[in-house]
Amino acid sequence: MQTHDAAGKELREVSQATVRFAGDSGDGMQLVGTQFADLSSLVGNAIRTIPDYPAEIRAPAGSLGGVSGYQLNFADEEVSTPGDAPYVLVAMNPAALKVNLRDVQTGGVIILNTDEFNEANLTKARYESNPLEDDSLSDYQVIPVPMTRLNDEATKDSELPGRDRARCKNFFALGIALWLYDRPMQPVLEWLMHKFGKKTAVLTANARSLRAGYNFANTTELMRVHYRVAPAKLPKGRYRRVNGNEAAAMGLVVASCRAERPLVYASYPITPASEILQELSRHKNFDVRTIQCEDEIAACCAALGASFAGCIGATGTSGPGLALKAEALGLAVMTELPLVLVNVQRAGPSTGLPTKTEQADLLMALHGRHGEAPAVVLAPSSPGDCFWVAYEAVRLATKYMTPVLVLSDGFLANSAEAFAIPEVKDLPEIAVASVPENQADFAPYRRDPKTLSRPWAMPGTAGLQHRIGGLEKQELTGAVSYDGANHRRMIEQRNRKISGIAADIPPARVEGDDSGDLLLVGWGSTCGAIKAAVRSARAEGHSVSHLHLRHLNPLPQGLGEALKRFRKVLVPENNLGQLCSVLRSEFLVDARPLPSMEGRPFLIREIRNAIEEALNQ
Amino acid sequence: MNDTCCPPTQAPEPAPSLTRKDFQTPQEVRWCPGCGDYGILNVTQRVLAAQGIPPHKVVFVSGIGCSSRFPYYVNTYGFHSIHGRAPAIATGVKCANPDLQVWVVTGDGDGLSIGTNHLIHAIRRNLDINILLFNNRIYGLTKGQYSPTSELGKRTKTSPDGTIERPIWPVRTALAGQATFVARTVYSDPNHMATTLEAAARHRGTAFVEILQNCNVFNDGAFDHEADRKKTDEQRIFLEDGKPVRFGKDGCKGILVENMEPVVVDLPPGGEPPPGSTLIHNTKAVSPALGELLAALVPPNFPIATGVFRDVERPIYDQELRGQVEAAISKQGKGRIEDLLNSGTTWEVR
Repeated sequence: MQTHDAAGKELREVSQATVRFAGDSGDGMQLVGTQFADLSSLVGNAIRTIPDYPAEIRAPAGSLGGVSGYQLNFADEEVSTPGDAPYVLVAMNPAALKVNLRDVQTGGVIILNTDEFNEANLTKARYESNPLEDDSLSDYQVIPVPMTRLNDEATKDSELPGRDRARCKNFFALGIALWLYDRPMQPVLEWLMHKFGKKTAVLTANARSLRAGYNFANTTELMRVHYRVAPAKLPKGRYRRVNGNEAAAMGLVVASCRAERPLVYASYPITPASEILQELSRHKNFDVRTIQCEDEIAACCAALGASFAGCIGATGTSGPGLALKAEALGLAVMTELPLVLVNVQRAGPSTGLPTKTEQADLLMALHGRHGEAPAVVLAPSSPGDCFWVAYEAVRLATKYMTPVLVLSDGFLANSAEAFAIPEVKDLPEIAVASVPENQADFAPYRRDPKTLSRPWAMPGTAGLQHRIGGLEKQELTGAVSYDGANHRRMIEQRNRKISGIAADIPPARVEGDDSGDLLLVGWGSTCGAIKAAVRSARAEGHSVSHLHLRHLNPLPQGLGEALKRFRKVLVPENNLGQLCSVLRSEFLVDARPLPSMEGRPFLIREIRNAIEEALNQ
Repeated sequence: MNDTCCPPTQAPEPAPSLTRKDFQTPQEVRWCPGCGDYGILNVTQRVLAAQGIPPHKVVFVSGIGCSSRFPYYVNTYGFHSIHGRAPAIATGVKCANPDLQVWVVTGDGDGLSIGTNHLIHAIRRNLDINILLFNNRIYGLTKGQYSPTSELGKRTKTSPDGTIERPIWPVRTALAGQATFVARTVYSDPNHMATTLEAAARHRGTAFVEILQNCNVFNDGAFDHEADRKKTDEQRIFLEDGKPVRFGKDGCKGILVENMEPVVVDLPPGGEPPPGSTLIHNTKAVSPALGELLAALVPPNFPIATGVFRDVERPIYDQELRGQVEAAISKQGKGRIEDLLNSGTTWEVR
């Protein structure tokens, strides 16, 4: 549908759009991206975002390594990924153009700050000729904007010094983007007021730059068309923008409140998990106690010590830290104490690509401990789902007295979406039983016949003094035991306790038909891309279904049967095929891997193509 | 939310009359016959009984090694953890429930090799815990390899030609970590040990006690010099706050500092030594220099100093943490789930 606006420009209705803002690390791209995302939510679009920032805090200005980007996908229906390819790229300098051009849709809009396309910056971006002057951009709608100068002009009457004024140009870019998608400026102005209310000069300069950008787009003959994305038909209710780390933090806090036990979160700063510690340290009024420990090992041990003393002990980390925590996790298995570990996976091995995403810690989470040391492993499938999975982790950890590993990743951690705020009464129950004082038949390893879980007797309770530790325990009494037969029984009991959890989680559920030609099985952050690819294949009449796992250990009931009802099974993962090998060994099915390991999430089209290939084989 | 884990500070319960027996467990004690640890266990149980805190309010946390079996033999709550990590586990216990009295039992390998990091950081934070480091200068449980406190040149199974690394000094390490209470005692002197442990238990903040301990199987006689009761006068300085530093028969010797080096000086036997004739001990000194100087006195040129090196007050980590939580609650009100869920950028879909 198309109409014309008051200025005589065409206003075109589109169903979906992907926009990427890119510039130097210091250009404020994350800020304007977030603003654009919030605005999109506010006008009722479904959103999904992803930032892309360098590992260096301030790489040299204008360099390829210093480019920071923020991509946003918004639509009039559900969106499951941040979008494969941007239709609009805002590039604040040559480096930003160079790094991002390859992703832009052919025919897409490229808005460039031409003032930055000077000799020095072109050299830094390793351009041999100026892309504004050669024909390398001929496949795109290029909008050259002298943004630096126009911003300078717009803000010159403000009281800010020149350098600070120059920093407002991200709002000029945002102004252009707002016009391009027919967005109101008012909410951004209100946000500026809220943020800089007392710093009048900063407020005025940014507001002027924003308006100037908007007006420029509105009047320039370079931009003849702008777009409107109608509100999505989302379920009614209250929503909140969350990224995965915020959601995980919130899930831990809410679960601890429901369990009526304080949360003790012990962690060591590591990208991309630090934000959880930062977030939780702000929630002390929920009786959350955070400890920034001396190292990863200490963090896991402190969390376990807190659990021993009756709190919800939790820790968070990323891959290298998971390796360091392995021994303490084994202790948690042996002592059968609740412990939640959120592992925000990043590309490894070793330091790897610390700011980039990957899913290659699955086998480590499942098996990376010495001895027979089963633990519960969960994986959220979207940023908002990090809330629910963190909550589920606390529920299972306390009910079954076990460590629970949550496998988030860099993508989920930083990607944001609309999270439907639940009603407190709808939250699953987390009932933590405490052992009464002087209980006559108390035995630290007396298992509940149903859950096989041992009692959580808290230090400070009269008459329940007991000793636990890493040495094998005699069943029931918990005394140290070196007896081989007892050891075998205890291994079996610990294992049965974890495998029995399968009865306490939802059974495997296939999205689409229950049987057919091809089943895509995924876990964690790949959910959105798989879902979209399967939807598109089904729309074209293919017999394809999707099964997504949130519980990796134990696996849900009915999974083997579900797999066997399909002719082929394909497993997209951001690793070499770790879940795939689990499924093959567990169920003797000929599942095939679809690996992607480029430090970024799957594109929908990559999975879509793989579906086509698999069906044609 | 209830406050099960962190009740507000209550009036102390009337101290029940406790005996050593209340702190014994039925578990058979499995140290080697003649091990110095037996004596330490006995004294610790006595001290626990005397202080009047009921067993269920006490937690012993240990790592790995002979000494780390300790919690099994004390009828309190106990956590025998993994190698070197006891201070980290204890940190979690204490932050979860600051009302518990928490003891860490560790050894020279556990505390000063694999776990040095945690030990120093627990001390630096000044958690209200008591750390007992049994120093026998050998790896006993793994059967006789040199330890980080083994003397330079020591021949062991893994150093047949003698070690080529200098030992680490427990008391000096604790002082470097800004410990608020540091003491040293000897396994063979139960009364001194009891006094020292009582002082440690009374101290608010991290109390670090090095206990010189004999491993009669793999390092027999390691501290014969210090433990020899016949030569106690000559070979030990009994540190007392505010008192002259002296040793020898009738206190006939003292320690002075010349050119920043300690030297042994003669004192008139008995009575108060003349002013300036020897160092006066000061456990409250802001500077750690005196403690460090005394801790570094070693045989054969000097006697060894035992007793309390340092005993000062500083804010306590677990209490500060609790304070921040209470301040947040009193300022913002007790957190409500609804408020948390509805914070940040929210909007309504109608």
